[in-house]
Amino acid sequence: MNATASEMLLVNEPPPPPPPAEPVAADPVPAGIETVGRITVDQPRMTSRNVSVMYGDKMGIEDVNLDIGKNEVLAMIGPSGCGKSTFLRCLNRMNDTVDVCRVTGTIRLDGEDVHDPRLDVVQLRARVGMVFQKPNPFPKSIYDNVAYGPRIHGLAEGRRETDAIVQRSLEKAGLWNEVRDRLEQPGTGLSGGQQQRLCIARAIAVSPEVILMDEPCSALDPIATARIEELIDELRENYTIVIVTHSMQQAARVSQRTAYFHLGRLIEVGETSQIFTNPRHDLTEDYITGRFG
Amino acid sequence: MDTSIHTSEAMVRRRAKRRAAERRFRAYGATAVALAIAALGALFASIIGNGYTAFQQTYIELEITYDPETLGLGEARDAAALSAANYPGVVKKAMRETFPEVTGRRAKRRLYGIVSSGASFILRERVLADPGLVGETRRVWVPADDDVDMLVKGHIDRDAPEAERRVKDDQIAWITRLERAGRIEKRFNTTFFTAGDSREPELAGVRGAAAGSFFTLLVTLALSFPIGVAAAVYLEEFAPTNRLTDLIEVNINNLAAVPSIIFGLLGLAVFINFFGLPRSAPLVGGLVLTLMTLPTIIIASRAALKSVPPSIREAALGMGASKMQTITHHVLPLAMPGMLTGTIIGMAQALGETAPLLMIGMVAFIVDVPGGLLDPSTALPVQIFLWADSPERAFIERTSAAIMVLLAFLITMNALAVVLRRRFERRW
Ligand SMILES: Nc1ncnc2c1ncn2[C@@H]1O[C@H](COP(=O)(O)OP(=O)(O)O)[C@@H](O)[C@H]1O
Ligand SMILES: [Mg+2]
Repeated sequence: MNATASEMLLVNEPPPPPPPAEPVAADPVPAGIETVGRITVDQPRMTSRNVSVMYGDKMGIEDVNLDIGKNEVLAMIGPSGCGKSTFLRCLNRMNDTVDVCRVTGTIRLDGEDVHDPRLDVVQLRARVGMVFQKPNPFPKSIYDNVAYGPRIHGLAEGRRETDAIVQRSLEKAGLWNEVRDRLEQPGTGLSGGQQQRLCIARAIAVSPEVILMDEPCSALDPIATARIEELIDELRENYTIVIVTHSMQQAARVSQRTAYFHLGRLIEVGETSQIFTNPRHDLTEDYITGRFG
Repeated sequence: MDTSIHTSEAMVRRRAKRRAAERRFRAYGATAVALAIAALGALFASIIGNGYTAFQQTYIELEITYDPETLGLGEARDAAALSAANYPGVVKKAMRETFPEVTGRRAKRRLYGIVSSGASFILRERVLADPGLVGETRRVWVPADDDVDMLVKGHIDRDAPEAERRVKDDQIAWITRLERAGRIEKRFNTTFFTAGDSREPELAGVRGAAAGSFFTLLVTLALSFPIGVAAAVYLEEFAPTNRLTDLIEVNINNLAAVPSIIFGLLGLAVFINFFGLPRSAPLVGGLVLTLMTLPTIIIASRAALKSVPPSIREAALGMGASKMQTITHHVLPLAMPGMLTGTIIGMAQALGETAPLLMIGMVAFIVDVPGGLLDPSTALPVQIFLWADSPERAFIERTSAAIMVLLAFLITMNALAVVLRRRFERRW
């Protein structure tokens, strides 16, 4: 079966998405979208409409429409190269750092267009934090890693406030008890799982609204992975989390909604339980049943 | 089991061959290292063997009478008169008194010739420091002439025919008598480290050239490090990748390969002829060496910046650090050891550079130790070049000694590069 995604979609014309319960204040959902499932949420934190990304003349993602609700964990799954990271990096404009990358469409954070020239990208990235695939603590002390964000954004005045933020962030990231006695040691000396939790602490130290995680556990062992998953569950109370994952079990465990990408398109989105028990699109079903991936 | 292809005879042979190839490969490497060490050893042995005697200088003890009459002082004791007094006369008188049997103008001239002309400067300094010496008699150690020095050190064969020696038979006889009387001694050659250049080998030192090199490198460092790092940061972090930046990159790499004498010509044309800066000045030398060093520093700095893992940049940008904060807080500190290493290597190259300095007149004969960026001066490698070109036997050992001084500077700089790299290297 060598049909491309768009051909497949023509063959299996999906049922139109159900209309949103309440009309969303932000941009209306464009007509003619192909995504199966309800892309909107009642209380959106971020919305994306017609988001396409080109790498030079190569398509990264095409026409993605997706809302991310407040205090939800949204999982993004799909085969390698389908554009999960690309979409994730649109949300805090990390794609700006890639020379050849061109992003079109509208992305809003709390109703504000993130591409608005009046909005500073520095501020956006403080509000939409990011945790990367490979743990990447700065080659500085554990303390300085966490204190870095508050310092550059001027969130703390004086050592006492900074100390408090560092402690609170490390506590939230479940790392405080392990590192409280060695805050001055380099963050790069921690184990992989600890490093990743340090990166999470670093991200939450600037009190973001959204945390983006790009396969945060792919370099970790199962025990470290389980700790991060627990942590994600706790963080959901205060943050909106978007997580890219290769592991469907992980998506099932930590997320409320799941989005399935395929060849740069958002194929299906829905309640996680529904996606994994009763996928509506053939491609989704093929993927979660392990027919390709 | 017995049918496994891994135990077949062909496979065993292949493995033996592979092991042999590996041994050969190691042997090539070891040979190369041994050759390099042997070459280096030969170089050092020859330089040190030739040069170590230059760190000693023969001194002769004279009984000097600061006779106001010989000095031509009369009643005057003021500084100007003391400074202009006839000290060579005092030295000659002391020599005549030591060897009263010497008569005839030629013989006397040969007698005076065994003491360095620098002896009178020493006496003048002493008298100026203590005018009360006038009228007194003192025993003073003064440097011997360079030929005598060579004779005492054994570089001149006493048994060679007189016509082939620069030290004549009667001179050898006087020296032997002085030696017997314990009035000839080899002492540590402080002059070599405190004096500027001189026509007389026993009065020549590397201080002037070292100071010239120091000021030149100061200018080079002050200009090439900031400019090189700034250029590298711009090219690596900010410049778009397009035809223009490609062209710049190619040109920087080409500049690194331009023969250094071309930079000297450029410096002559631009800095001296167009901007009217003085000749032989460390400022101009530093400017020229900056041109030469910049490509090295830019290339090394760019490599250092490239080696900073992109994940660190992403981490900083993802935290909301601006581009400049990302660079100054994270990228530059991580790249700094590499940049410093490149800079020190560039500076070491600049320190050893001769050709461009010849073009801008730093090859002149300069006696005074330069005191600033605009004073005429030479540099260590140029001094070596000048001395190597001098006919006196005593300059041969001084050439080697100057090379040792230059090498000591270079080794110190390279050691500094290693220390800096170790100290600031971070692991991730
Ligand atoms: N920096 C880049 N330059 C060019 N193409 C890229 C770049 N990053 C990603 N792509 C392309 O965009 C597509 C989506 O990639 P990505 O979002 O990384 O996929 P995923 O994270 O789902 O594995 C892939 O085809 C990939 O080759
Ligand atoms: Mg990815």
